Amino acid sequence: MRFVSKNQRLEAIDGETGVALLPVEPEDMWHAHNLIAISDTVKAHAVRKVTKTSSTGSTMSERVHTDLTIRVTSTFFDPAASSLHVSGTVVHENAWVNVGQYHTLDLELNRPFTIWKSNGWDSVAMQTLAEAVNDDKPDAVVAVVMHEGLANICLITDFRTVIKQRVESNIPKKRSQAQDTAGGMTAFYEKTLSTLLRAVDFSNPRPMLLASPGFVAQDFRAYMQSEGAKRADKRLQRIAKDAVVVHSSTGYVHSLNEILKSPEVQVTMRDKKFTTETALMDQFYERLRKDDGRAWYGAKPVAKAVEEGAVGRGGGVILINNSFFRSLDIPTRKKYVALVDRVKDDGGEAKLLSSDHESGQRLDGLGGIAAILTYPIYDLDEDEEEDDGEEGGGSADGGGVAVI
Amino acid sequence: MSRHQEVRNLDYKDVLDDYDGYCEEEDELSPEDRALMTQGTITVQTALGVEAAKVSVAQIEESLWHYYYDTDKVVEYLIKKFINPPQKTAKPAPNPSTSAAPRVHTAGSSQQPRQDFSHLFKDLPWGNIPKDRETVFIPPLLPRIGLLGGSGSPPKMSKLQQLAAARKKKAEERAAQQKLEQTRTKMTQLSVEEQDRQKENAPSDGPFGKRLKTSESTAEGRKPLTTAEPGRSEPLSQSTPMALENSQHAKAATADSPKPTPEKAQPSAFAQVLFGPPLASPKQKLQDVFPLTYTDLSPSVLEAFSKPSPDDVVYAAQAKAGKKTAATQTKKKGASSLDAVASDVKGLKIEDAPLPKSRNLDVLSEFERSKSKKAASFVVVGHVDAGKSTMMGRLLLDLNVVDQRTVDKLRQEATKIGKSSFALAWILDQRTEERARGVTIDIATNRFETDKTVFTILDAPGHRDFIPNMIAGASQADFAILVIDASTGAFESGLKGQTREHSLLIRSMGVSRVIVAINKLDTVGWSQERFDEIKNQVSGFLSATGFQQKNITFVPVSGLHGDNLVRKSSDPAASWYTGPPLVEELENSEPSARALAKPLRMTISEVFRTPQSPISISGRIDAGSLQAGDPLLIQPSGEKAYVKSLQVDEEPVEWAVAGQNAVLHLTNIDQVHVRVGDIICDPAKPIECLDTFTLKALAFDFLMPMQVDVHRGRLHAAGRIESITALLDKVTGAVVKKKPKIAKPATVARVVVKLNSTVPLEAGQRVVLRSGGETVAAGLLE
Repeated sequence: MRFVSKNQRLEAIDGETGVALLPVEPEDMWHAHNLIAISDTVKAHAVRKVTKTSSTGSTMSERVHTDLTIRVTSTFFDPAASSLHVSGTVVHENAWVNVGQYHTLDLELNRPFTIWKSNGWDSVAMQTLAEAVNDDKPDAVVAVVMHEGLANICLITDFRTVIKQRVESNIPKKRSQAQDTAGGMTAFYEKTLSTLLRAVDFSNPRPMLLASPGFVAQDFRAYMQSEGAKRADKRLQRIAKDAVVVHSSTGYVHSLNEILKSPEVQVTMRDKKFTTETALMDQFYERLRKDDGRAWYGAKPVAKAVEEGAVGRGGGVILINNSFFRSLDIPTRKKYVALVDRVKDDGGEAKLLSSDHESGQRLDGLGGIAAILTYPIYDLDEDEEEDDGEEGGGSADGGGVAVI
Repeated sequence: MSRHQEVRNLDYKDVLDDYDGYCEEEDELSPEDRALMTQGTITVQTALGVEAAKVSVAQIEESLWHYYYDTDKVVEYLIKKFINPPQKTAKPAPNPSTSAAPRVHTAGSSQQPRQDFSHLFKDLPWGNIPKDRETVFIPPLLPRIGLLGGSGSPPKMSKLQQLAAARKKKAEERAAQQKLEQTRTKMTQLSVEEQDRQKENAPSDGPFGKRLKTSESTAEGRKPLTTAEPGRSEPLSQSTPMALENSQHAKAATADSPKPTPEKAQPSAFAQVLFGPPLASPKQKLQDVFPLTYTDLSPSVLEAFSKPSPDDVVYAAQAKAGKKTAATQTKKKGASSLDAVASDVKGLKIEDAPLPKSRNLDVLSEFERSKSKKAASFVVVGHVDAGKSTMMGRLLLDLNVVDQRTVDKLRQEATKIGKSSFALAWILDQRTEERARGVTIDIATNRFETDKTVFTILDAPGHRDFIPNMIAGASQADFAILVIDASTGAFESGLKGQTREHSLLIRSMGVSRVIVAINKLDTVGWSQERFDEIKNQVSGFLSATGFQQKNITFVPVSGLHGDNLVRKSSDPAASWYTGPPLVEELENSEPSARALAKPLRMTISEVFRTPQSPISISGRIDAGSLQAGDPLLIQPSGEKAYVKSLQVDEEPVEWAVAGQNAVLHLTNIDQVHVRVGDIICDPAKPIECLDTFTLKALAFDFLMPMQVDVHRGRLHAAGRIESITALLDKVTGAVVKKKPKIAKPATVARVVVKLNSTVPLEAGQRVVLRSGGETVAAGLLE
């Protein structure tokens, strides 16, 4: 994503400024999806069907190209197509549209849009924007996670994991004729390879991970090599040569977590956002496993810990899924932004994890928010229970009083 | 003038006109023809003499044209056609104006009698058919296929046609009698008094009585026909085919007669209601002819009598059951005995009917009656390279399930790639990858028989990557053989590795009996010390896992050489072991109880193609029973299929019960709906498809909200732990702590698991949760 104006600086953005942005690649749509919150104002190019009624009563409809400014009521993001639809009511009327009429803007690549935040640009929004306009983007990594009869072809970009294609094939199990199985596996590899070449653009060399339990990934790589040799396809041979075979325990997408922390991947892709996110989540799980009182998850305990200042200098990390900020109502959003700001003020680290990565999915399982504390607190959830208890107890007390 | 000009100036109209003219000319006769025609006409006229006046010139010409001026034939034709026509067709000469007309006419007239048949019967009075309406018996007006006078002889039917006509007539008669007889028997059922009335009626009613007699005589003749039926019809499934055949038979008979002719019969129940109680009084005697009631009956009513009577059904069923004598007798019996027979027949049907609920018991008793041998399956587990496959290969060889020649061949192949010691394992490891890498990847199934029991071997892979396959195997097993590598260092590494995980898994899959085969003892010189050391460690560890001490047996074996597998070891160093060899230990193991009476459940472990059906599945029946012809529901696709046939232990059978490994050949289903891991169930009591379930789980590792793989037999699905709702007391199951942050290893927790897709699961099933290649929990679905 780029600023439309070359003179625009991140630092210059404050509260009520409108920011004009130009999405240039599909990934930018995802950023726009994160930026545009409900009740923000968006101005973009629109195509609207206008129906005119002539004096004789006959109607004529035409499609009009115009710029519309709407107040957002809902957004819809299609991850596979990377398209974003923003619906809302028109706030500035023009020749074709009245104020208050509904319109859905389809944000398009290479067409600028302007966004005004309804509650100003808070720190989270600024962080998202900074990420969005960052030019320094590494290549997306292709990962094929497979086991016998199943292959998931994913594209791991910096901010999300896109499952491009899922290949399923019925492999005959072991019976007296072993040839069936061999044939089944070859057919499966063939299907996977053709799908892979169709789903992913290999015109520029890009890193690829092949992961599976057992020997499936290895065999698939060997198959690619032999196919490349057979077809005299230099490109395929190169792809096969560059592919990294990693071990995973299953062929399901969540095995990506395992894959991304494997030493082979750590060596080649150390500095990528998703690997650091995965490492952070692993660290968190490790602490949770130890049960040392420094790892907490769930909105309430984390909020309490932050309040106490336990997430601060010296290793304090708050992990929040960015989906958290997407569709929350304004007061809740403010609350979480305040949480993030507080951690930053305390000298801790605030990590916005992409909910579209597997690490984000893991965090989602924990309620979307987690924190690693600088010092152990053991009774965060007990407080919670006490709260519940107090509520219960309070009513019981009340009852008791009534009886007495 | 150039050619172009010519073309341009061409008068198309003119040309087309010319063409038209040409066409018209074609219709006209050529001068030669005309001359011939005139000559022919004159010849014919002279030949006809006086009669010539009856025929027009045009007719003569027409005939001439058709017979190509053969005057003799024309004369013959004309005499027959116009001068001396058959009496009925008083209609003279067709319209000679168009050339095609005569042909059209003849075609039409040849069909006419057939078309008008039904009209003739339309308002025919019952009995007493007026003479003038008995047209049926008049020979056909025109030959059906004969040429126009063709060979000069009067047109007549060929021998074949005559034969056909005669047969048709006979069939007609027979059908009529048959129907009559059916009607009569039906009437007999209506009331007992009817019979008296019949006695009264019969002599007075001339034609009816006569028919009655003939029907009785043919009824005798008809019987062998019904009794012969079972020979033709192999009882596929119960009574329906029989009834079907009967009706087909009736249909065939009626189809022979061109039109259904109304029959004269006893008054129907309806008629009795209409006309009051018949019988007794002479007044009713008059009425019982019922001439008008039958005249305008709709075909549906007529059809009611064309179906096999209840009697017929009974005869056929009896004949089928082998009680041929009853067929002749029951006819004279009263209604009560009929009921008895009917109920008998019902009783007979039960044996091979598709199962409604009550049939389960029958299959069960059938199972108990038929089974002389126990059936048991066991899974062979253990750390990778403990020698599981080799041991089983040796076992199969020693039991002569596999012959020495096969093993020699395998050994030759194995030596070729430098793995001669793997030859025995290759009996079970048949996949190319398995052989190339020397590890088992998938479950191998094999079977052998001892004197008492039929065993199914499930050889599980030991490698940690293939634990899903091992789980699939363990879920089908009654008991387990845990193979332990006794060689130095291997046992210790195994205990940390899959020895531990496998024993946890088999225990959580519900296997309670385990035979520990301490393998490769020959490599340590059959050292009893080593055996005892391992025995102590393993038994301690197994009882901690939850196995009862009495269910654990230890056998020192050598899988490669076969010591203590089938026969006792001949090695003097191993003489300290006095217990029975492995196979005897297996025989002493009792298979676990089968859930025979429960609704059908079967997990598909394999889907493949066979000559019997494009979709054959195999798996162990977890609960219930099934038989050929049963409808099945496949979950989660929710599609219905039917069992075409089934096999148990490679033998075609009629039914299968829980605990058996069956191969089902399905019909009426598409391949996409049948996948490995799906569940086959009874359509009446289907298994639910869930995407969220609560599990009472024993944690082997830390449990927290995380992503997990859910395993249940072959079923393997991705999901995550959504929440841990409670920690439970291990013994009492009481809630210890609500909503814990995590569940520590060896605690029991109630967890909610959410799956990415819906899968068939139900309460009481055992489920294993794995994460990151480790088994984290196992438990029962709540």
